[in-house]
Amino acid sequence: MAVQKAPREGFSEALIRLGHQHEDLVVLDADCAKSNMTNFFKDQFPNRFFNVGISECDLVGTAAGLAIGGKIPFANAYANFLTGRAYDQMRISVCYSNNNVKIVGHNAGTSAAQEGATHLPLEDISLMRSLPRMTVIVPADSLEMEKAVEAAYYHEGPVYLRVGKLPVPIVTKKEDRFQIGKAIKYRDGNDVTLISTGIMLDETFKAAEALANKGIQADVLHIHTIKPIDVEAIATSAAKTKRVVTIEEHSIIGGLGSAVAEVLSEHCPVPLKRIGTQDRFGVSGKMHELLDFFELRAANITATAEKLVDSALIK
Amino acid sequence: MQLASERKEYLQELTKTIRRHIVKMTHHAGSGHPGGSLSATELLTDLFFEHMNVNPNEPDWEERDIFFLSKGHCTPVYYSVLAEKGFFPVEELMTFRDVDGRLHGHPCGEHIPGVDASSGSLGQGLSLANGVAMAAKLDGKPRRAYVMIGDGESQEGQVWEAAMTTAHFNLDNVCAIIDWNKIQLDDYVENIKGMKDFKAKWEAFGWHVIEIDGHNLEEVHSAFEQAKTVKGKPTAILAHTVKGKGISFMENTHKWHGLAPNDEELELALKELV
Repeated sequence: MAVQKAPREGFSEALIRLGHQHEDLVVLDADCAKSNMTNFFKDQFPNRFFNVGISECDLVGTAAGLAIGGKIPFANAYANFLTGRAYDQMRISVCYSNNNVKIVGHNAGTSAAQEGATHLPLEDISLMRSLPRMTVIVPADSLEMEKAVEAAYYHEGPVYLRVGKLPVPIVTKKEDRFQIGKAIKYRDGNDVTLISTGIMLDETFKAAEALANKGIQADVLHIHTIKPIDVEAIATSAAKTKRVVTIEEHSIIGGLGSAVAEVLSEHCPVPLKRIGTQDRFGVSGKMHELLDFFELRAANITATAEKLVDSALIK
Repeated sequence: MQLASERKEYLQELTKTIRRHIVKMTHHAGSGHPGGSLSATELLTDLFFEHMNVNPNEPDWEERDIFFLSKGHCTPVYYSVLAEKGFFPVEELMTFRDVDGRLHGHPCGEHIPGVDASSGSLGQGLSLANGVAMAAKLDGKPRRAYVMIGDGESQEGQVWEAAMTTAHFNLDNVCAIIDWNKIQLDDYVENIKGMKDFKAKWEAFGWHVIEIDGHNLEEVHSAFEQAKTVKGKPTAILAHTVKGKGISFMENTHKWHGLAPNDEELELALKELV
């Protein structure tokens, strides 16, 4: 069984490593430093850490000012409050002003767990994706998170990085090449394309195996960068398999499913099924319970893919 | 340092020129915000010509002082001051709000030399100033961050989130200028959502407050000078101003918050600015 590690741990470690290498890296938090694990950066670099208190709008604006002052700020807060409350600050002070700010949304998706609906970010990708100039990155696990943090630092321009709180299996490999905007192909198959983002890669791998046992070979694409999305990889795979399933730990409205639907409808119109949370709020529950509750399991992916393959065959 | 009399005369003439730009630009565009531009004229003119350490030939110079127009709608005065200071040609002012120009209705940080951040959604400027001030302190640079905020704008919650941050981090290199013209888009501020004891609010938030007549160049000048000497806390200059100042029929009315003069009104206004 794969090693489990919280994505926020990989985030924190990468941040400190980069902090040692780059004087211009500064970190801001809005009173969640312990939870977001930015407190470890603070311990190492107290002068380059700013806790602005419980004020997400001010957090994002201050980060933009630090960028104007020549720094590369990582602004951290819980994903919901950050993307919902400070959307306008990201729009005007960050994106429209073209400031090099890294926005880090924590407690992502089902990892907000028992905090319940107020804390479960199921709309953050949708919001961030709509902002001109914003790059949106949703890593699969702690290992890929480390690469994403580094890529975000070196990328010139605003980035939204989605970070989960609770341990999830490390399913990516050290040698997997992480490049912003490029999908990673994890499996070759001709019967159906499974496109996942974030921590759903784990369940997607399991589903691909289950499908293979039933004689259905899946192409597996991991989209860690939802914007800019890898049009070529998606269209090429869809042209081959003729049917696509998207899997995300986020609302199917505005997230990965929507982004892939946009690509397919313009470049390769084939049947698509979107797995994700529906048009609804979350509930309280342990993370594994929430994944069951929202039907985000390998079994759900397998059933959906099978149905799609069958229906296409009948035609 | 007091304002020398020849500088005062020079600035007085300059404020008249800038007021003429303001009415001509809004007349050209057929829209825009003359009222809050006219109230801020002395403040921004003295700031940019007597205090700000900037180089129009090198707008992105790393040692420069930084100014943010948090009340982003007052571009007529902002662009006029920047053009007169030499950041871009004065003639360009007559492309204000043109679809093929860069002098948009609200400032765009990316396109206009001398403008460091976009604004227009109210309440965001002080946070930006704080960030710049923090970076300057980290680098041990003497850079100062200035921000102009409206009194109506101070109804935005972010202003007060940011005001707490400035004081908490002892950012004495931040100077907020409050253009206290008492009028917002719909009505007098007092009739919409009043500031109550505005000065006490800033003081309670941990700021050094200087209350002045924002149209008296000597008072304006001294306030900026004093702000530079205050250590350990940020300074807020509470400037009592008159919305529409300098043009009799525009003064003290919300009607001219966001209204452009027609041909006849332009002529009348220019006559008052000779």
